[in-house]
Amino acid sequence: MMNQTKSQTKSHKKLIIQLLLGTVGMFGFGFALVPLYDVFCRITGINGKLDLTPGVYQANGVSGREIKIQFIAVNNESMPWAFKPKDSSLRVKLGQTYQTAYWAENLTPNYMVAQAVPSVSPSDAAQYLEKVDCFCFNRQPLNAGEQREMGLAFNVLAGMPAHIKTITLSYTLFDITAASDKSVASND
Amino acid sequence: MSTSTEQLVSSESNTQEIHHGPAKGITRWFYTTNHKDIGSMYLWFSLIMFMTGGCMALMIRAELFQPGLQFIEPDFFNQMTTMHGLIMVFGAVMPAFVGLANWMLPLMIGAPDMALPRLNNWSFWILPFAFSMMLMTFFMQGGAPNFGWTFYAPLSTTFAPPSVTFFIFAVHMMGISSIMGAINVIVTILNMRPPGMNMMKLPLFVWTWLITAFLLILVMPVLAGVVTMMLMDIHFGTSFFNAAGGGDPVLFQHVFWFFGHPEVYIMILPAFGVVSEIIPTFARKKLFGYSSMVYATSSIAFLSFIVWAHHMFTVGIPLAGELFFMFATMLIAVPTGVKVFNWVATMFRGSMTFETPMLFAIAFVVLFSIGGFSGLMLAIAPADFQYHDTYFVVAHFHYVLVPGSVFSIMAAVYYWLPKWTGNYYNEKMGKLHFWLSFIGINITFFPMHFVGLAGMPRRIPDYALQFADFNAISSVGAFLFGFSQLLFIYNIVSCIRKRNKASAEVWEGSHGLEWTVPSPAPYHTFSKPPKVD
Repeated sequence: MMNQTKSQTKSHKKLIIQLLLGTVGMFGFGFALVPLYDVFCRITGINGKLDLTPGVYQANGVSGREIKIQFIAVNNESMPWAFKPKDSSLRVKLGQTYQTAYWAENLTPNYMVAQAVPSVSPSDAAQYLEKVDCFCFNRQPLNAGEQREMGLAFNVLAGMPAHIKTITLSYTLFDITAASDKSVASND
Repeated sequence: MSTSTEQLVSSESNTQEIHHGPAKGITRWFYTTNHKDIGSMYLWFSLIMFMTGGCMALMIRAELFQPGLQFIEPDFFNQMTTMHGLIMVFGAVMPAFVGLANWMLPLMIGAPDMALPRLNNWSFWILPFAFSMMLMTFFMQGGAPNFGWTFYAPLSTTFAPPSVTFFIFAVHMMGISSIMGAINVIVTILNMRPPGMNMMKLPLFVWTWLITAFLLILVMPVLAGVVTMMLMDIHFGTSFFNAAGGGDPVLFQHVFWFFGHPEVYIMILPAFGVVSEIIPTFARKKLFGYSSMVYATSSIAFLSFIVWAHHMFTVGIPLAGELFFMFATMLIAVPTGVKVFNWVATMFRGSMTFETPMLFAIAFVVLFSIGGFSGLMLAIAPADFQYHDTYFVVAHFHYVLVPGSVFSIMAAVYYWLPKWTGNYYNEKMGKLHFWLSFIGINITFFPMHFVGLAGMPRRIPDYALQFADFNAISSVGAFLFGFSQLLFIYNIVSCIRKRNKASAEVWEGSHGLEWTVPSPAPYHTFSKPPKVD
């Protein structure tokens, strides 16, 4: 009898430790979902997340197909700048590189730094929109009252699925003044 | 079980009782490590929370009785919907099942107590503190949480009232309580079975709780993780869910529903177990398809992990994702169908009687199936764009949770109450309670299907005029259902106080170890392991 209870407590302990490890592991897994989710989106190109590295221009991919691309500017929450696209939409040939721009003005009496974050809709178009140069690659510092045209060069790859006739490229402007100090910002 | 075993067990436990009766006074309840005491405390706690959450539901229904703003401010309305959901899910349904598990698991498998009695005490006593903290937020500046029970970021981070931090800690505490309870259940079931009680002899309530406990261990830590991320976003400058800092609000929904979908099965699997105990008793037949029930429950538990994104069809997930989650969700109907089939087959050609627990169990089978069917409709991704966030969803999950989980808990209470108290409850009053609840529930939730399909959005205190009639009907039903619960409470209290002695078997067709101990179950049972053949 004595022996039996002893062996039972022992196996309790083993099981409890296993279950606690499982609990801790799942707590970690919850946090692991954050990078996993990001990696998954990057690999599959879903969620409209764009590759933020400049694309390489390829001259041989030009096709006759034409699509429409719309440009949208959004200010995040309390971002007080004026922010709008130069062209509200363009008709583009697949594979050809185009230039356009966004325009921003710092309406406040203070120096501010902004970061634009792009998003593409429909999301399956995201991986075919290649940015050769983009103001979203850098932070955008503006002094009080200063305004600037910010360039964007892009091409739409020829492999784009046939059902997509219109792409919407949206930029959201975030205030990151607090997170970046002046010296770092001016290096960009 | 044979009568000789019964006498053996009862005389044995009587001698035990003389030596180790419950302690006297209030400290009995603070210090107790007895599974029956703790089970009772869980059940009372759950009943109090059920009435609290119910009052909030009635406030919601009172406001929605007519279009326009009548009684409460929109912000307070949001606090009501949020707290109603949180309290019913975490305060009423989950503790009720843990209470039933505490009371019944040791009795059903023939163990003297839960495996970890002191942990058991702790996991209960955390709960009153967690919920006091949560309810305290009503008196704080900015009011209680008002972002819905699913607390989507950034509503629950950037735009939340300051009391959100207390909400986060309350969720942490109830999570710890659930995880400890689940560990206790698993260790009890796996290690405390007497010789001869192998896994495929376990009563189904035990099986479903074992699987539920594993689900709890797998997902409650993820819930803890997601509220921790919220806490860090709010107070420590991280940006898990904040797009301005490189985070993603949709991430919140993915992590939340990774917890949230298994959570809804945590609330229904023990209900399946309860119903699988009750129907054979009153149909006087063995449960049809015992092993298929076990496998169906396991497959439901597995599938619950790969369907979470069906809650987020409209956030813009790609077509392939929508298709995957749509079909995976529909697949759940297969094991669920197996279970419903088995319950019906158990009743088929049985000699049925319709005592209160059986009435609740049959209503469970019928009404839960209705909720299951509306779930299938919601699973169809293209149709979901119309149903999403409407009252159709509200109708769906109330059909699976109220006449589903809540009815099964009431069935369980009526079924085992004579075993707990030693007295029969008032059968007439029980039946009256059943019929009023049954009618009330259907009047409340059935019209919600129609207003939902017509496009009435959920969580809004006002609505367009064309929804007025159905909403008035719903409100009447809600008050009928709410007030008929007073009968339930009266019946329980009078069952504890009056003397209408119950036999050990309690029910004519009862089966299983819990019916071999006398009624009321002595303070200590199965101190010597019973013989199981």
